[in-house]
Amino acid sequence: MRDANGEVRPHFRPLAEWLAETPPARVAEKRREADLLFHRVGITFAVYGDKQGDERLIPFDIVPRVIPKAEWDALERGLKQRVTALNRFLHDIYHGQAILKAGIIPEEQVTRHDAYQPVMRGLNLPNGVYSHIAGIDLVRHEDGNWYVLEDNLRTPSGVSYMLENRKMMLRLFPELFARQQVLPVEHYPALLLETLRGAASPRVPRDASVVVLTPGPHNSAYFEHAFLAQQMGVELVEGSDLFVKDERVFMRTTAGPQRVDVIYRRIDDAFLDPLAFRPDSVLGVRGLVAAYRAGNVALANAIGTGVADDKSTYPYVPEMIRFYLGEEPILANVQTWQCRKPDDLKYVLGHLDELVVKEVQGSGGYGMLVGPAATKAQLKAFRTRLRANAANYIAQPTLSLSTCPTFVARGIAPRHVDLRPFVLSGKEVKLVPGGLTRVALKAGSLVVNSSQGGGTKDTWVVD
Amino acid sequence: MLSRVADRIFWMSRQMERAENMARILGVTSDLAVFGSKEVRQQNLIAPLTITGTAEDFFAQHGAVTLKSLIEFLALNDASASSIYSCLRLARESAHEVRWQITSEMWETLNATWLEMRGLRRAKLDGAAAMKFFDWVKERSHLFRGVTYGTIVRGEAFDFSRIGTFLERADNTARILDVKYHLLLPSVADVGGALDYYQWAALLRSVSSFETYRALYRDQILPIRVAELFILERRMPRSLAACFDQITVALGRTRGQQDAPAKRLASELNARLTHANIEEIFQGGLHEYLESCLEDFAELGSRIQRAYLGAA
Repeated sequence: MRDANGEVRPHFRPLAEWLAETPPARVAEKRREADLLFHRVGITFAVYGDKQGDERLIPFDIVPRVIPKAEWDALERGLKQRVTALNRFLHDIYHGQAILKAGIIPEEQVTRHDAYQPVMRGLNLPNGVYSHIAGIDLVRHEDGNWYVLEDNLRTPSGVSYMLENRKMMLRLFPELFARQQVLPVEHYPALLLETLRGAASPRVPRDASVVVLTPGPHNSAYFEHAFLAQQMGVELVEGSDLFVKDERVFMRTTAGPQRVDVIYRRIDDAFLDPLAFRPDSVLGVRGLVAAYRAGNVALANAIGTGVADDKSTYPYVPEMIRFYLGEEPILANVQTWQCRKPDDLKYVLGHLDELVVKEVQGSGGYGMLVGPAATKAQLKAFRTRLRANAANYIAQPTLSLSTCPTFVARGIAPRHVDLRPFVLSGKEVKLVPGGLTRVALKAGSLVVNSSQGGGTKDTWVVD
Repeated sequence: MLSRVADRIFWMSRQMERAENMARILGVTSDLAVFGSKEVRQQNLIAPLTITGTAEDFFAQHGAVTLKSLIEFLALNDASASSIYSCLRLARESAHEVRWQITSEMWETLNATWLEMRGLRRAKLDGAAAMKFFDWVKERSHLFRGVTYGTIVRGEAFDFSRIGTFLERADNTARILDVKYHLLLPSVADVGGALDYYQWAALLRSVSSFETYRALYRDQILPIRVAELFILERRMPRSLAACFDQITVALGRTRGQQDAPAKRLASELNARLTHANIEEIFQGGLHEYLESCLEDFAELGSRIQRAYLGAA
């Protein structure tokens, strides 16, 4: 919000003025109104392992995060570049494996990876796209530069909050939108539908029939699955609604079986098809992978994208960009120590109290250590775990993240934020100007995950 | 529409209607609990168990029927699938699965009903509190039906909700008439004999038709006219004929790949209810007539299930 001299950055001025001239009681009232509206609409998420409250609201913060358009334009170029390279990488590892042969990434790192799916070898996908929907987590450092924290190429979630947060802001503060030009994000569902239709086999002679496949109402992101299906005007299906006959996928409808061409699946690879993966899966569809391999149905995202978004692959992404695109990366990675390397491990063990240590396959903020915030006992326990299974961890410096004004119990205070834009890949790579801003609601905290008490904000790209 | 979604909408409407009918049956039973000889009272108490086919389950858990144990069993028991408690829970569970395919008002009605039911469960339900509870259940069912009618797009979701509601209602009306009629009038020879006015009035009230009877027949209560009202009177919204008016209209709008058997049976039943007269029905035996109706309703239910909703 402020620059190095403590001055309010220009793009934030209209909002700062509004905050200064609006009585705190009125701001608080608006906040309560927002909570009420979110409850009524039912925008909730389920928390794993939380028996007591089946559904919770993600705290919504009414102070938006503002990004000037020039800054966004650079981000957008960087995101398109990064996702393009990641899709090229995925195509490569399931085909010629040029990047492995060139020795840029160790072969065993890829082909022995849990998420590497041999079933994908040699399969050609329309436009060579594997991750049609990618969520890239970014942070802005105090130095003003943006860094990529994590790539999410499997089933990234959160876009429904981006859309609902904007709707909520427009409803609560129409006068704020009059003060400056906020670029729209509302066309995301239309872009998504276009992307999904584009993923269909070119052999499909009609408008491709698209469905959203959900694990069901008990999944933490069920609201989003239902929301996106509704916004795109397509069916929300569960595994039991689909069946495969003659390597073709159908859904059971009141009017009889109907052909399905594209599945926007929000269930993990392992559960997609009990014949191909976990035999105990009741969420998937028998024979789906065979139909997929026959080219009769498209999956978005493709199977086996997890190799590319793993934290152990992350350090190589800048090299991928150079290798496939012959360009210098526009977006930087955060410096990363790979604990599987003895030198890196030594450094990490020696600086544990300064670092953030994460499991390579962890997500949702589970199983991570934030060194500066940890007690001695926690550090000691983590050190033991780290030594026992070093390859399972990476470490990064604790970044001085930029903060954003946030409404907390005592008024407006700075809190750390990150940003997840959603990148759609088809014939072209597209994204809407904005994303999901997550905010750590505890003072000083760097963990923004909703499962760990984080909240969300609307994200404004302003012209 | 997905078969699963149609199935949940169909069943959520049936469960809500079933809860309402149970409340009606128990309400009448409570009304009559203080009338008649000991034997009559006992028969009156057993009737709801006979109507719902739960007598065996009940006596496996209880020695004798008292009003208190009956209400506990049919209103609050979570182990009995036909209790009001279970019906409201199942209706809410079905709605939860399809809450994005129904209107938010429908979901909110069923969800709020269930939350309130859960809170009521530990409360004591006897005397006036029980009557208040039965009225509440009826009101929630009226609200749900009204909210559905007033908010949902006219399409398959609406049609399957209507079919579920009226198939369930027809089934319940036939059961209530069958059991109560023969309780009140054990022998056909008694037709025209001295009647227990209160019992017959209560039977009419159980389908909200005491005033309707008066208005339509302008006569004293005659058993054969009561049966006619329950079965053939289209102007009485809980009669079998009125239910089939609604079912055939809604079913006629749906399109399924193998829907002919279901549509054919619904039309046949509708035609039978249109062209029958009550004297003929009595000649063949009212009980036999109602029993074959119940069999046909069950058959229609499974044909609908097969044609549109997928395996049950």
